[in-house]
Amino acid sequence: MTVTRRTFVISAAAASVLPTLNAFATVDDATQAVDKILGGRSAQVGRVTLEIPPLVENGNLVTMKVSVQSPMTEADYVRAVHIVAEGNPLPNVVSFFLSPRSGRAAVTTRIRLGDSQRVRAIAQLSDGSFWQGDAATLVTLAACTEV
Amino acid sequence: MSKTSRTIVTMPATAKKGEILEIRIIVQHDMESGFRHTETGQRIPRDIIRDFRCTYNGVEVFRVELHPAMGANPLIVFTTTATESGTLEFKWSGDNGYASSTTSTLTVT
Amino acid sequence: MPWVWQVFLSCLLEKRVSLAILFSLAILLPFHTSSQADPVGAERQSSYALMSPDTKAMQDDPLLNPATFAVLDGQVLWQEIAGKKNQSCASCHGDATVSMKGIAASFPKFNAAGQLLSLSGRINQCRIEHQGATPFAFESKPLLALSAFVANQSKGMPITVERTPANESALASGQRLFNQRMGQLNLSCAQCHAERAGQEIAGNPIPQAHPTAYPIYRLEWQAVGSLERRLRNCLVGVRAEPFAFGSTELLELELFLAWRARAMLLESPGVRP
Repeated sequence: MTVTRRTFVISAAAASVLPTLNAFATVDDATQAVDKILGGRSAQVGRVTLEIPPLVENGNLVTMKVSVQSPMTEADYVRAVHIVAEGNPLPNVVSFFLSPRSGRAAVTTRIRLGDSQRVRAIAQLSDGSFWQGDAATLVTLAACTEV
Repeated sequence: MSKTSRTIVTMPATAKKGEILEIRIIVQHDMESGFRHTETGQRIPRDIIRDFRCTYNGVEVFRVELHPAMGANPLIVFTTTATESGTLEFKWSGDNGYASSTTSTLTVT
Repeated sequence: MPWVWQVFLSCLLEKRVSLAILFSLAILLPFHTSSQADPVGAERQSSYALMSPDTKAMQDDPLLNPATFAVLDGQVLWQEIAGKKNQSCASCHGDATVSMKGIAASFPKFNAAGQLLSLSGRINQCRIEHQGATPFAFESKPLLALSAFVANQSKGMPITVERTPANESALASGQRLFNQRMGQLNLSCAQCHAERAGQEIAGNPIPQAHPTAYPIYRLEWQAVGSLERRLRNCLVGVRAEPFAFGSTELLELELFLAWRARAMLLESPGVRP
């Protein structure tokens, strides 16, 4: 096949937008992860509070608290809370599965954040509906690292 | 993966029926994310805890699915309602056959 | 200094941002006049004070502190029989909560044979001489666990390293090293940690660098590590060939830093970013 200047330019342009291996996840990857959780439904904004410090000294261990407004009764409780990060190599961070016996829908844990980013929390209620909240944070690097 | 793997559970030993208890649990585990490299550039393989379950007299009341973005020495603080006296069991499982279990007794009045 | 600009630009291009910022410091430092004398006495402050409330809470509560596991590991190792002489630490030292009180706060120091030892060095010396066992490797988990356990017994106690006829020469060496420009960035410890403590570099406040919390769980390492490891990070930070673990230079620096922090209280094991 003769390579004309036109085909060369087009294939070079195409090659330059090929995804690189080991690239950090983009906001699109996070959106895809959220869509997978929602399974076609949509999530309303509200009821979910995600607390992450707005400025993080080191992204390796960040305290995160998520809470959902819910009576947590047999008739009306939070079934699951999913945490999705927009700037980590992988979007899924952790998923909590609660029950009416949980008493409160509030969980604290410590996560890794690879970069400054928005983190999203998607809650699924017992009636099948979804609610969401988010928090943005700035992650700084230590000044003197090992390598 | 850590050679020894301890779990430290913090929760009250007694409670009134219907009271909401806060349980704090931390387990010793490096949670190797799979994204780190050695000094010579080789990727260190992923080795993490994947699952945590809390059962209360055999009934699962809380479960967690962990991914590589969970921090080392995973800490989880959650709640459960004191329904009856008995045993709470906390189980972790993960890559390379990692499995660890701790129990705590609770007296409910 | 045109080469400094070249390195600065290549750092930026390689997206080694923290490095680029350090280089820019090297470029700007001669012109930045706001510096101070080394904080002394009551002006001294542990780097604990510079941490976020979250990280402070992580250090303060043993049930949240990731280094607690190292202390518990150390507690187990304390009882473990080892070596040809079939002794454990407990065989000689008994209850660590009694025998090890204040011990970590007195290191580094010279032993009877005239060797300057850190606490880890002393633990290894005991292993060789009194247990007939092989020494632990530098920065190995068992050595860090025992250091964490022993240092924890001095938590809340003041550092007791003073200038003595035995240590004054090593102390003077350590002080010279602290004030000596090193590495491609040609920076001394003093230029950041004495003269510019409290100012910011790469978005982080510069601590005075008192070793009050070692061994620490450094969030950057996601592991417990020693002061020697941290000093080696500093040396990499100024692009100097880091001194080897167990080297005279690191020990002399450690001695000087402990003396400089004398009477400050130990927090071991600490948490640091």
